[in-house]
Amino acid sequence: MPDAPGLELIRGEIERDNPGAVLATSFDREQPALIVDPSRLLEVLRWLRDEPGQAYRFLASLHAADYLPAEPRFGVHYELLNRDRRERLRVKAMLADPGEEMLPEIDSCVELFPTAEAQEREVFDFFGIVFRGHPNLTRILMPDDYVGWPQRRDFPVGGEPVTFTYSERNYG
Amino acid sequence: MEVERRSFKARQASARQMLRGDLEGEDLERYVEERVVTTTFEKMLNLARANSIFPLTFGLACCAIEAPISIVTARYDLARFGAEALRASPRQADLIILSGRVSIKMAPVVRRLYDQMLEPKWAISMGACSSSGGMFANYAVVQGADKFMPIDLHIPGCPPRPEAVMYGFTKLQRKIMGNPDPGWRTRYDALGTEEWARGGPRSEPSREAAEAYERARELSLA
Repeated sequence: MPDAPGLELIRGEIERDNPGAVLATSFDREQPALIVDPSRLLEVLRWLRDEPGQAYRFLASLHAADYLPAEPRFGVHYELLNRDRRERLRVKAMLADPGEEMLPEIDSCVELFPTAEAQEREVFDFFGIVFRGHPNLTRILMPDDYVGWPQRRDFPVGGEPVTFTYSERNYG
Repeated sequence: MEVERRSFKARQASARQMLRGDLEGEDLERYVEERVVTTTFEKMLNLARANSIFPLTFGLACCAIEAPISIVTARYDLARFGAEALRASPRQADLIILSGRVSIKMAPVVRRLYDQMLEPKWAISMGACSSSGGMFANYAVVQGADKFMPIDLHIPGCPPRPEAVMYGFTKLQRKIMGNPDPGWRTRYDALGTEEWARGGPRSEPSREAAEAYERARELSLA
């Protein structure tokens, strides 16, 4: 793991090659994270993968989160791993909610990490985040005719109300 | 005439004599009492059906460990009830055990399997999840498998013990044999204490619950 000064060094090097791509850093609970500009995400990922001193060549996980009251609302997280040094680095891209009937968009990183193909489909399936340039962006776990983005925080929980009529009538 | 322990050939011979009218009076009465059972064809057929059920080799989730796997092993041994032959094809099976949660993506598949089974066929909904959705009150799980297919028997539990599954299975056998055994509400004179989720007599869900239900319904219909 890069420690907090190491994270700032990485940020400085990215700032040298791609000025303005990294918006902020975070070192919460010993976990380093770079918060990047969503429109320049691919530059950062490519730099981290190809720069000889970094070589985060493995995308361990790609997932999203919905921080609903916060703004920007959606976060797409890329968990990078360097298997030689056993170092992990998180890259976050925060996306604003474009409003009703619109879906947030971000560049697909399938060209950099082929393993992201299924994971980007899953994020699209559950959060409705569109990955520009994805080869086959369809639903992967929910049925194809499903309507809605079920892991968003404003999605209704579902289920059915159960009313205990006898108990309510007699003891309620 | 003696009609006690005799060989098969001798019994055949005496039956022939009976047809000729040789067996009369008290002898005939005793013979009928000892040798003849009268029943209806339907009862005989149902007896045969109930004791030769072929369950479908089919598991949905964690309940599958208990139902189709555990109860056919030596410790529980469903073969005692004539149901040890698990069939891998729905065309050869006459019982489907829904063992686990049914997701909305799996529901059409389950319905199709059920439709492929030949009549007469039965369905057991095993465990809380397939009976009511269980703890999975969310977007992905069908809230009760009887929403999309007929269910003969619900076995409660999470998961039910194999003993519970066997008890349910014997209940199903009794149902097949025409003795559905309505359960404790009848035995203890407690009819009218049933509770309904919706649609029962005087079942009024709370306003918030009704609104949530309508919202979820609109979303699922959209």
